[in-house]
Amino acid sequence: MLWRNLLRRGRLDREWREEMDAHIQILTDSFVARGLTPRDARAAALKQAGNLVARREEIYSMNGIQWLDSISRDVRYALRGLRNQPSFTLIAVLTLALGIGANTAVFSVVNSVLLKPLPFPHSEQLVDLAQVAPGAGGLVGSRGLGLSTSMYFTYAEQNRSFQSMGVWISQHVTVTGQGEPEQVLANVVSDGLMQAFAVQPEIGRPFTASDQAPGASGTVLLTHGYWQRRFGGDQAVIGRKILVDSVPRQVVGVMPAGFRIADLPADLILPMQLDRRQAILAGFYLNAIARLKPGVSINQANADIGRLLPIWVRSWPDSPGGKVSGGGFVEQLFLKSWRIGPNIRPLRDSVVGNVSSALWVVMGTLAMVMLIACANVANLLLVRVDARRSELAVRAALGAGWLRIVRQLLMESLLLGAAGGALGLAIAYGGLRLLVRNGPSNLPRLSEIGLDSHALAFTAIVSIVSGLLFGLIPALRYAGPRVSLSLRDNSRTMSEGRDRHRARNTLVVLQVSLALVLLICSGLMIRTFQAMRGVRPGFERPDSVQTFRIVVPETLIPNDEQVTRIEQVIAEKVAAIPGVTSVGFASALPMDGVHPNWDGILKEGQSYAQGSRPPMRFYLNVSPGFFGSLGTRLKAGRDVSWTDIYGDRKVVLVSENLARELWGSAAAAVGQRVRANDGDVWREVVGVVEDVRHLGAQEPAPAVVYWPIYCRLTYRPIMVATRAAAFTVRTDRAGTGALLAEIRQAVGSVNAAIAVANPETLRETVDRSMARTSFTLVMLVVAGAMALVLGLIGIYGVIAYAVSQRTREIGIRIALGARAGDIRQMFVRYGLGLCGLGIAIGAGAAAILTRAMSSLLFGVAPLDPFTFAAVPLTLLLAALAATYLPARRVSAVDPVQCMRAE
Amino acid sequence: MMILGTLSQGPRHGYAIAKHIHDWSKGGLDIEDGSLYPALNRMLTKGWVRAEWGLTENKRKARFYRLTAAGRKQLEAESSAFNKMVRSIQLVMRTS
Repeated sequence: MLWRNLLRRGRLDREWREEMDAHIQILTDSFVARGLTPRDARAAALKQAGNLVARREEIYSMNGIQWLDSISRDVRYALRGLRNQPSFTLIAVLTLALGIGANTAVFSVVNSVLLKPLPFPHSEQLVDLAQVAPGAGGLVGSRGLGLSTSMYFTYAEQNRSFQSMGVWISQHVTVTGQGEPEQVLANVVSDGLMQAFAVQPEIGRPFTASDQAPGASGTVLLTHGYWQRRFGGDQAVIGRKILVDSVPRQVVGVMPAGFRIADLPADLILPMQLDRRQAILAGFYLNAIARLKPGVSINQANADIGRLLPIWVRSWPDSPGGKVSGGGFVEQLFLKSWRIGPNIRPLRDSVVGNVSSALWVVMGTLAMVMLIACANVANLLLVRVDARRSELAVRAALGAGWLRIVRQLLMESLLLGAAGGALGLAIAYGGLRLLVRNGPSNLPRLSEIGLDSHALAFTAIVSIVSGLLFGLIPALRYAGPRVSLSLRDNSRTMSEGRDRHRARNTLVVLQVSLALVLLICSGLMIRTFQAMRGVRPGFERPDSVQTFRIVVPETLIPNDEQVTRIEQVIAEKVAAIPGVTSVGFASALPMDGVHPNWDGILKEGQSYAQGSRPPMRFYLNVSPGFFGSLGTRLKAGRDVSWTDIYGDRKVVLVSENLARELWGSAAAAVGQRVRANDGDVWREVVGVVEDVRHLGAQEPAPAVVYWPIYCRLTYRPIMVATRAAAFTVRTDRAGTGALLAEIRQAVGSVNAAIAVANPETLRETVDRSMARTSFTLVMLVVAGAMALVLGLIGIYGVIAYAVSQRTREIGIRIALGARAGDIRQMFVRYGLGLCGLGIAIGAGAAAILTRAMSSLLFGVAPLDPFTFAAVPLTLLLAALAATYLPARRVSAVDPVQCMRAE
Repeated sequence: MMILGTLSQGPRHGYAIAKHIHDWSKGGLDIEDGSLYPALNRMLTKGWVRAEWGLTENKRKARFYRLTAAGRKQLEAESSAFNKMVRSIQLVMRTS
């Protein structure tokens, strides 16, 4: 009621006026009826009615809210003030908009990636059931030790902590029978996994227990994206059959948009169909996800799994069809030597992974940029308020309370903050669109990033807080109880005291020191990036290596030797494409993040004590010519040949660091014999190749054993092909669409059911492995550049203002014989003094802060002397320019005119 | 309360209310007519009365006030409280 009255106050007031007029009319009528002349009657009526205007005012204010009235007056006044100085307003709003926009954008990223719950019902109950095994060496990937099939059965059946749990893996499969064969990513899931997510299919049905039974007829769930892409969102897809790796599978349902198990969006979801009769202890390759029962903590769940581990090790055989050994050796190995233990963590943490440190660093730097922006605007406001001191003094003298004046000044800064916030929101929106389109593809949850209500609230808070922050400094400074003093001290006949400069000087020092911190951080990142680019990765000119993958499913070609021959033919056909110099293939490419194979290796004459295992080595299967196409140098011996491979000659290659470790030098390794375990045949080391940084440029090169692409297994006497092969094609045409079309044609001519997948240049693979560094780098450099520009504007502004305020003094000095150069020097010295102080403080702060980002650095110390010397020097030079420019104006001062102006 | 009482006999315009109170109290309560209006505004805000434009018997435009259900309840509450107070005062006056 009150608010409604407030809004239609104008109309209500009009009505009252009409009513009161009517009252007078009627009263006049009645007096006329009593015999008075109309004039007398009207006078009498007015007398009897009393002061109607006062009554109306009383009603008017009754319908309003006092403070709101005066605030709206303040707002109007502030708006007028800002309009009168458009250049000041524009600069202030733009500065703020940049700061707020950058902060909002990064906050949205942090919010979407780190803070927002995963898009599943009660997602806080979902956990990544990971395990640690400190004694298992390289077998443990970045996600920890996976589960084996037998572990899944033990855990799923006997746990007391989970509502439901399941395991999954990702694999590439080829879909045929829908035009071009296509390689797509499939999530293969066990029973219990989809139940844990508690997400129902959009159409159709979920997997049932019978779909998951071994030997059940093939079924498949589509993801929303794949359904839209391949079937145009056709509802009739349910019940249709598609060929997955040449096996017909019936589509039973479509998952809703946004559903994804891992961070990579899969196209298909297949049932895992685990067979408990085949389950053995080992084979730790499964990822597991579980939903905790309400009220069960992660610690309790860890204890629960810890209780089940000894039960598991005594319940399953060591090999298929073998006896359950029940403790003894296997218990010794898995529980005592490997020390397998549970390491359950919230699913969100495992999805987000290691980007959080980078994101927090970026967020912190942009908060600093915001502070610098605030300091800049505060400085501008100080100048502005300074010019209005006499106005404020007059207002104070006329009886305005100092709180009232503070409010008036704050209103202006709040309005600036709000305008900056609104514009900043637009900047953030644009920036985020850009980021989602071009952002690092390995930034988790990239697709979920966007402005939401949290981000809007954040922007609002930042706008208001920054408005208060930079508004309070001038407000408290000039509207304090001493305000009346400034009337007296407003004479223009003297240069101002040091006191009045102090606030601005402090702000400039603060700006410079913050800018220095940011510049040092970005300097360190640039050095890191250089170090990473400068490292020889173990291959040459990755820009001219085209890579692609194929998979030859068992259902398409059962015979392993034939698979290898087909792969060889593909390599030869691709090598015949014009412009291609060499072609090779392997089970994995350097730095591509495919989960690698690890196992131990024994050299001749070496044996390991019962129950212990040799250290884990990286295993890779390679074709002849693979190293040639990569440009990896052969250090000793020779490459494997096709004759070695088809003739089942037992040969391997090793990396240089492994050769040094086992035999002392690369040359000494050639001719030596190794095997993977006591049951394995001996294999001869025929060559030693240069170290390759398989795990990324910032990780040391692992010790690698290179097995032939088609070779005898280490634990069973059968020959096995590499069915998922990654090809490397050395050509100057790498990355062109034309080359890719020719490759597709070449592969299709060998077998039409084999799809070419994941084509990219090796450079792209390398860049992807450095994406986190380059992302942090770009953000820091942007923040550093903004800080530098804002800081320089700050210095420039202060010096320019000082010059303009002291024009009279300069005039007098020149009149008394000072040379312009001396005066100029005085100002430059003043500016550099401020700057030097800022640099000293900033360097101290940076020395402490850079330690926090040491996890992001590579090949450069947090206290890198080069960065700590070059950056302050550069800043000092830039500051010199920023002070010299305004100081030059000193020469333009004409002492005569200056005196006359009085 | 007097305004509410006046209106309980039917809708009236401002002047009529003032006149009624004036006549009723036999000139004993001499208030300015204008002071009536802030009181009416307050009652409008609280929803005790409703106002409509209409014509007087002399064909003058005027706003007529009508008691709402809430206003009637308020009148009852106020008059019973008033009666109680008057009775207590009478009681005190008599015993002293």
